[in-house]
Amino acid sequence: MTSPIIQIRGVSKSYRRDSMAIPVLHAITLDVPEGEFIALMGPSGSGKTTLLNLIAGIDRPNEGSVTVAGTDVTRLGESELAKWRARHIGFVFQFYNLLPVLTAYENVELPLLLAPLSKAERKQHVEAALSLVGLADRLHHYPRQLSGGQEQRVAIARAIAPDPTILVADEPTGDLDRQSADEVLTLLERLNREYHKTIVMVTHDPHAAERAHTIRHLDKGELQ
Amino acid sequence: MSIFKIVLRNAFRHRLRTVLTILGIATAVMAFGLIRTIVTAWNAGVEASAANRMITRHRVSLIFPVPLTDREQIARVPGVTGLSWANWFGGVYGNSTDFKNFWPRFAVDANTYFGLYPEFVVPPDQLEAFRKERSACILGRKVAADHGFKLGDVITLEGDIYPGPWQFVVRGIYTGRDPSVDETQMFFQWDYLYEQVKQREPGRATDAGFYVLRVDRPGDMALVAAAIDTMFTNSRAPTKTESEREFQQSFVSMSSAIITSLKVISLVIVGIILLVLANTILMAARERTREYAVLKTLGFQARHVAAFIIGESLLIAFCGGLLGLALTFPVVRGFGLALPGFFPVIRVEPVTIALALGAAVLSGLAAAAVPTVRAIRTSIVSGLRMIG
Repeated sequence: MTSPIIQIRGVSKSYRRDSMAIPVLHAITLDVPEGEFIALMGPSGSGKTTLLNLIAGIDRPNEGSVTVAGTDVTRLGESELAKWRARHIGFVFQFYNLLPVLTAYENVELPLLLAPLSKAERKQHVEAALSLVGLADRLHHYPRQLSGGQEQRVAIARAIAPDPTILVADEPTGDLDRQSADEVLTLLERLNREYHKTIVMVTHDPHAAERAHTIRHLDKGELQ
Repeated sequence: MSIFKIVLRNAFRHRLRTVLTILGIATAVMAFGLIRTIVTAWNAGVEASAANRMITRHRVSLIFPVPLTDREQIARVPGVTGLSWANWFGGVYGNSTDFKNFWPRFAVDANTYFGLYPEFVVPPDQLEAFRKERSACILGRKVAADHGFKLGDVITLEGDIYPGPWQFVVRGIYTGRDPSVDETQMFFQWDYLYEQVKQREPGRATDAGFYVLRVDRPGDMALVAAAIDTMFTNSRAPTKTESEREFQQSFVSMSSAIITSLKVISLVIVGIILLVLANTILMAARERTREYAVLKTLGFQARHVAAFIIGESLLIAFCGGLLGLALTFPVVRGFGLALPGFFPVIRVEPVTIALALGAAVLSGLAAAAVPTVRAIRTSIVSGLRMIG
């Protein structure tokens, strides 16, 4: 049996507001096998986004360890962590977060600037990613010229272009209408099924969570 | 796509704001360049001084003459290898309220003066013609061009120190050996002054206004000065001998308060550039806090974020600096035309260009410092929460 690609052991996280510590996650332990499509559900404030941020290496726990793709990310320095994210994590945000001054092509090319790739290789990656999300005909459109669903698909193309180990998606359909949300979910399913991408998705939409293989619930900082 | 392309796009994301910032910097750089050029022009006489020339004048003031009979004693002082003399003539040409009609006029010893000033280049035939004719004069190229004077023209001046009408025939036009040489002066024969004063005002003594000396070695200047001044300590005209540079500096130092004020203003202008730019970069960086968090999420490091912010600040500063410099040249030219004669040599020096661009670039770096540190220190999670 292969070891899980994500191993979370005894992770606790709290935030400080003024002099008060506000607990968010409490002694979380979770294993995610490679190729899994897992949905984290829970009410607002349950800690699901915080858990996702810890997996993606953009936040650090107060206690415990987060091992992703064989690396304990809690032990990495800022610079090493940034390099690790560039190599292993593809992040899909709720509000797309595309750079408005860049075209769809350039937004997807952005993370590839950090990889040792030639211009021609980057072009190949970008075009492949945008074709995969069905936007090969929108290469030179700016985000303001795209619909919400199209923007999210460009954001997914940006996340998958460097071929990361894990895709993490924070409410990827939270800002979309039903039809666009279905298109995005279908795309994530396809990435999981055909390209064997491990996907961790945070959502509070049961309809979206149904597309995942596994659903885990968080409540008051604890996994149910 | 490169990081520079992103910097360029970001810089012009808010076109109006960026254009206004560039115009603000350009105006400040232009003002800085103009002020530095004025300060340089003020010191032009000092800078153009020869290292081997000295001036001997009356100890009390330049307005008192020194006896012409002193020249033989001065010429014998060890270290002195050349000697000439001159008088400030003054005089008025045409409308005295027009700045253009003012240029320095000196009565000089025709045989020796130009030998001591190799930077005034006079064609040999013109110098010969000047020496042969009592009322001849030699004009600087610039003053001749400004007034359309040609060889053979007669110039009439109304004397003030030496009253009455004075006529001079233009027999020579000198050019400067290099661009730093003043080409606005007029020289005529000291003998002409002497003879005319004798005729017009019998009994009025005509002596030398000041002596110009050439010394063998600049290192001997202190000894030469001490020897000459000691020689005339108890005479009717005690002297003060100093290097030409010190002599010129004494005129400039009369305006030292103005020059110091101008230098302070130029520093204030650098502060204005910094504030204008810092305001824009602070706003831009704050608006993009979320974008920097996204970039960090994608794997960009602190140094990349710093490059985005500093690059944008430097780009705007450099554009403003270049535009400001481009404006400085015509403004300085216009200033020189508006006040002809006031600044014989006024031009934008390479050091002024370097200082103006340097001030803009340094302001660019300084303006980016605070937003860069803030952007780097802001955690990804905090940045992603920012709405803007």
